[in-house]
Amino acid sequence: MRRALLIAVPYVWLLALFLVPFFIVLKISLSDSVLAIPPYAPKLDLSQGWAGIREFFAALDLENFVWLTEDALYWKAYLSSVKIALISTILTLIVGYPIAYGMARAPVEWRPTLMMLVILPFWTSFLIRVYAWMGILSNEGFLNQFLLWTGIIAEPLTILNTQKAVYIGIVYTYLPFMILPIYSALERMDESLIEAAEDLGCSRVQAFWLVTIPLSRPGIIAGCFLVMIPVIGEFVIPSLLGGSGTLMIGKVLWEEFFANRDWPVASAVAVVLLLILVIPIVLFQRNQQKQTEAEQ
Amino acid sequence: MNRLSWFNAVSLTLGFAFLYIPMIILIIFSFNESKLVTVWAGFSTKWYGELLQNEAFLDAAWVTVRVAVFSSTLATILGTAAAYVLVRGGRFFGRTLFSGMIYAPLVMPEVITGLSLLLLFIGIGLDRGILTIVLAHTTFSMCFVSVVVSSRLVTFDRSLEEAALDLGCSAAQAFRLVTLPIIAPAVISGWLLAFTLSLDDLVIASFTSGPSATTLPIKIFSAVRLGVSPEINALSTLMIAVVTVGVITASLVTKRAMMRQKQDEMAAARAE
Repeated sequence: MRRALLIAVPYVWLLALFLVPFFIVLKISLSDSVLAIPPYAPKLDLSQGWAGIREFFAALDLENFVWLTEDALYWKAYLSSVKIALISTILTLIVGYPIAYGMARAPVEWRPTLMMLVILPFWTSFLIRVYAWMGILSNEGFLNQFLLWTGIIAEPLTILNTQKAVYIGIVYTYLPFMILPIYSALERMDESLIEAAEDLGCSRVQAFWLVTIPLSRPGIIAGCFLVMIPVIGEFVIPSLLGGSGTLMIGKVLWEEFFANRDWPVASAVAVVLLLILVIPIVLFQRNQQKQTEAEQ
Repeated sequence: MNRLSWFNAVSLTLGFAFLYIPMIILIIFSFNESKLVTVWAGFSTKWYGELLQNEAFLDAAWVTVRVAVFSSTLATILGTAAAYVLVRGGRFFGRTLFSGMIYAPLVMPEVITGLSLLLLFIGIGLDRGILTIVLAHTTFSMCFVSVVVSSRLVTFDRSLEEAALDLGCSAAQAFRLVTLPIIAPAVISGWLLAFTLSLDDLVIASFTSGPSATTLPIKIFSAVRLGVSPEINALSTLMIAVVTVGVITASLVTKRAMMRQKQDEMAAARAE
């Protein structure tokens, strides 16, 4: 009885506030937009029973979804979000892996401190960390001041309000998500395996590629998913650092909802975004479940 | 290997420089006299003074703290229950769906979560305000709590619980007297995580808040869109300071609790 209650309370909470809302989004994405409050005309009328449902399917025209394919803005935004997410995931991996590796090879008594140093920025407000880069990357910002002072460049670089700034912002804010899973995989690794590989004639580089990388693979996979999936729908970074030239679907959805007040189209954008994300999310869950079971 | 190789030393130094220099610059320039944020014009604390007189920011801060306290507490209770069910609950109907609903919010883009919750609240006719933000924050942060707590639950020795049951504890007593004290550090860090997630959140709060309840991130975002300002630097510095002190205190407390636990376990082993 008590066990049933323990299961039921969080279960029902998540059903009501996580799963059901998605169906509402789906329903509204099939509605017509009108100038009213709320600004949509529902098509599905359950109060009429079966007749209402039959009428709904007869009149189903998917016009909001057709609209998404007709206006180039939307599919360009989806494509460029996926592209930005893939490239920035690779960049985060390239920056994060050496840090995780260095942490896992550091003296044992340093590790808790290093770990805390990685986690601390993660606890600090996301918004503030993105904001910090606005002052660094602008034309008269610190990076340009520094580069001009060293004489590397003669003219200030334009970085803020371009995609470069978006990549820098993503790598910076999502770095802890990449470092921590890789670090925990590397830390568990038995270092004598490297010695064995070297004894058997591997060079250090070969041993790294053939032993260390495969053994840290679960961490790499988890880190990449943790960065890539949320970045596809990212809103704050492109809107503060990306300028008008950066097209990302999270920003489009936001503007469709808050500026144009077109709820049905915003919902259709969300439904398509979710369809794009279903595959990576399922793969991520599989990976996590396998990890948990391996630990047990 | 007890010594850091030069490669590891360089990558750690560069990595941590990258993580910390932007925030250090932000903090230094919050004490700048000039309104120009990129030119140093002498030390001053005047932006902090102006911040403390800014009613709009203070109101938003108070709303944000209340939302964070309520939502993180609720999320800790629900998330701990969910973790216990996932790790110890055995098989039950719909377990896969349940674990899916726990993991999916971790990576779900905030715009989708925000939009879907808003449409739900409007659908059931709930006025947008503090309550709706609390409900929204609880929903996504309970999943983070549950992941933190379940990672502690899988590593601890189940025979301790079984021993308590053998010695006559009821299931509830065993949980309260044995399980809870052992997972307490994870529950506390789960609460802290939920608290900061709620403090930080801009996107979901923007969707689910009404005109009566503006949170600090919403205020900061609308100010920041107009450009960098020393007042925002001062506010950011205060927030960074609060988080830093909080995280360091929490880690010291949990470290001490874990050491005490280890001592107890060793004493128990000697007594045997």
